[in-house]
Amino acid sequence: MATVTSAAQQPIRALRNWAARPAVATALILLYLAVVLLVLRGLDRRHLWFPTFSTLAFPAFVLSPFIVMSAPISRRLKTILIGGLILIAMPLVGIYDTSYLELAIQICIFTGLALGLNIVVGFAGLLDLGYIAFFAVGAYLWAMFTSQAPTVINISGLLVPAWTFPIFLIIGVGIAAVTGILLGLPVLRLRGDYLAIVTLGFGEMIRVLARNLDQPINFTNGAQGLHNVSPPPIPEIWTSFTSSTANLMGISLANVTPVAQQLLFYFVGVLIVAIVVVVARRLDDSPIGRAWTAIREDEVAAIAMGVPLVKMKLLAFAAGASFAGAIGVLYAAKQTFVSPESFSLIQSISILAMVIVGGLGGIRGVMLGAAVVTLLNLQVLKNMSLQLNALRQMDFVIFGFHVQNWPTQLEPAKYERLVFGLLLIIMMIFRPTGILPEPRRRIELQHDDVVTDEDDVSPAPGPMVGAN
Amino acid sequence: MASVSRGLAAPSWSLRLPPAVRWVYDYLLYPIGQMLVFIIGAAVVLTLLAYLLAALVPEPRPNIILADQISRQLPGMIISGISIGFVYAMIALGYTLVYGVLKFINFAHSEIFMVGSVVGFEIMRRIADSGTLQQWNPVVLIVTVVLVSMLVSGLLAVLIERIAYRPLRGAPRLVPLISAIGISFFLIDFVRATEAITRNDFNLRYPTDQLPWLTQSVALQFGTTTVNVKPTSFIVVGGAVLTLLALNYFVNGTKLGRGIRAVAQDQTTAALMGINVNFMISLTFFVGGAFGGAAGSLFGMNVGTVTPYVGFIPGIKAFTAAVLGGIGNITGALLGGLTLGLVEAFLNGVLVYFPALGQRYTDIFAFSVLILILIFRPSGLLGERVDEKV
Repeated sequence: MATVTSAAQQPIRALRNWAARPAVATALILLYLAVVLLVLRGLDRRHLWFPTFSTLAFPAFVLSPFIVMSAPISRRLKTILIGGLILIAMPLVGIYDTSYLELAIQICIFTGLALGLNIVVGFAGLLDLGYIAFFAVGAYLWAMFTSQAPTVINISGLLVPAWTFPIFLIIGVGIAAVTGILLGLPVLRLRGDYLAIVTLGFGEMIRVLARNLDQPINFTNGAQGLHNVSPPPIPEIWTSFTSSTANLMGISLANVTPVAQQLLFYFVGVLIVAIVVVVARRLDDSPIGRAWTAIREDEVAAIAMGVPLVKMKLLAFAAGASFAGAIGVLYAAKQTFVSPESFSLIQSISILAMVIVGGLGGIRGVMLGAAVVTLLNLQVLKNMSLQLNALRQMDFVIFGFHVQNWPTQLEPAKYERLVFGLLLIIMMIFRPTGILPEPRRRIELQHDDVVTDEDDVSPAPGPMVGAN
Repeated sequence: MASVSRGLAAPSWSLRLPPAVRWVYDYLLYPIGQMLVFIIGAAVVLTLLAYLLAALVPEPRPNIILADQISRQLPGMIISGISIGFVYAMIALGYTLVYGVLKFINFAHSEIFMVGSVVGFEIMRRIADSGTLQQWNPVVLIVTVVLVSMLVSGLLAVLIERIAYRPLRGAPRLVPLISAIGISFFLIDFVRATEAITRNDFNLRYPTDQLPWLTQSVALQFGTTTVNVKPTSFIVVGGAVLTLLALNYFVNGTKLGRGIRAVAQDQTTAALMGINVNFMISLTFFVGGAFGGAAGSLFGMNVGTVTPYVGFIPGIKAFTAAVLGGIGNITGALLGGLTLGLVEAFLNGVLVYFPALGQRYTDIFAFSVLILILIFRPSGLLGERVDEKV
């Protein structure tokens, strides 16, 4: 068959072939990394357009591991580059500007949560809209046992010392897994839409409980939340290591402790995410993962083939929840403040958006989705607000429009729902498989006839159509 | 069999009556009687339960005799239960109608309700701003507000179906559900942004303070106890009963309603019989959305202040009501809504006297009811097969 290539496509194809050569690809990637790091180094906070530049540069840096991952270079080089980016470059960027470190920790937290939710929704096909509840359980576990708020635990002197943090990470895993099973048991018979609503109700119940359990006995300090939660202690050696690293970079840190602490959280976050990735990957490839896939595709057929449905569904809930529990402990220790409003439905939906945007079921895709959505939410929208305020103060005029006249109610940072909503709709209509689709799901969706024709009526149910 | 067809319809022996009598019986007496039976039944059961509780725990707090308190509050609890119950029932109808036709839970319905309440606010506010609010005839004013919000919400529901659900028909089940969540989130912030631009505030206060006939409580005498009832409660109940009668006539008495029932039973066969399935689905969304809009504006007049976030809790409760009655079943939505409304009113009335619980847990209770029903009777009180098709 003759290849039909238009004249315009030929140079593009040639360029692509050229870039696909390992040596060229390596050089291009190194060039990209160098440019991004230099730009990040050169940004000046006092500049009028700093929020915009920062919004361009930092996401480019965060996305670089994913670019390296998909580049046509040798496996060993990929490992070295990604390891270097995560373990060396990011901490250095973070020491240079701690706001980036904060973002990186948030990305770790949400990546872990998205990977956990992916086990429930992506692997086992159980749509869970109350996932944030498990996160809340972990966060409240650490907060209740270390907060200085006048709770019953504080008053009766049951507070634990801060060094128990690693132990509580493990306890958090256990408690959240038990909560997951407790949620899983009543909803075993439900699926699809019903499951979604019941899990949503469960998530709201946990939030309402957290808000109201200050009376008659004060467990959670109610709507005020638990303040002064202990962060884990920082080893002396870690502080001196941080300050000497900063000195090497030519930065003199005025106050080294917070930076060292953030850095410690970052590494704990990376460690947790790494464990989650390994566990999720191993689970997916194991007989358990196959059983989940079977349940997801056709529950009746799975039962007929001897898949122990109850056990497998509970396992999915427990596995997903346990990750969220550990991350919740980390979150509480990092924020040092926990309030019921941090665990609302919008958080559950934003984690779901991460999973969907990245690609339901695939680990790499979900990580990408988590990074993209977290940056969108915590950096892009916020920086748009900052930029707007900066321009407002300058009385900037763009195309004859005075930025000062922009309504104060209309701050981009307050409209994350709008962005998530649009993202979900657009992804569902145009790319239901996500940015980086999981291979099996991609095959499935291509074989589904999606009926768009006006005259065509009610097709036969697709493979995933469940309860009726 | 899809039970949209059963609706509020009268039994078949009424076929032997003369046509005019039959019409009155089918479309007025029977549905009204059914509502009364539901209300009285739920109220009696709950009253007995409340007194049972009073017998078990006679004095939850020192010097408070629970049975006396219940007797004093009973009429008030029943009236507020009925008025909130009708709001739930009207929203629940939107879930149930769409579920009957598409077998899909329209997650964005709570936001259609919210838009209805905001539209109601906009109309009233605009009339108030023009300074003519007091000159309006109360009935005309309320009918205008409700009808316009019905129209806007209905059209919005049709638009949502066209944009976000129709392209996904036949896709795996999670796909339209997620796009519905997306629509719901988008609508919340879209309304917020619009109101923020036009009014610089998104706490929208109905100008009811200018209308004394709408805010001044009416004292009703029940034996020895006096109950102060807001006139809006009567408006909610009256409006709900009228629209429900209209719905019953529409679904069971018109050709279009028959088309909707046909599509609910079997889309392919309906199409073969020359029914335009897509039109019928749009129509179903319009009717469901219009009910949500009516409920929204009535709710707004009742509570006074609405925000773009007002839809979530009534939405989830109405969904609970729909499931409680049996989703896909119109009568079930009515029964579920009234039952849930009364249960909530009774809980609110009784829980106050228990120091450890209090009213704060009423919302949790609605969710617990939902979970319990789905565990023990997933087909709801009146039943709709929710088990799976193999």
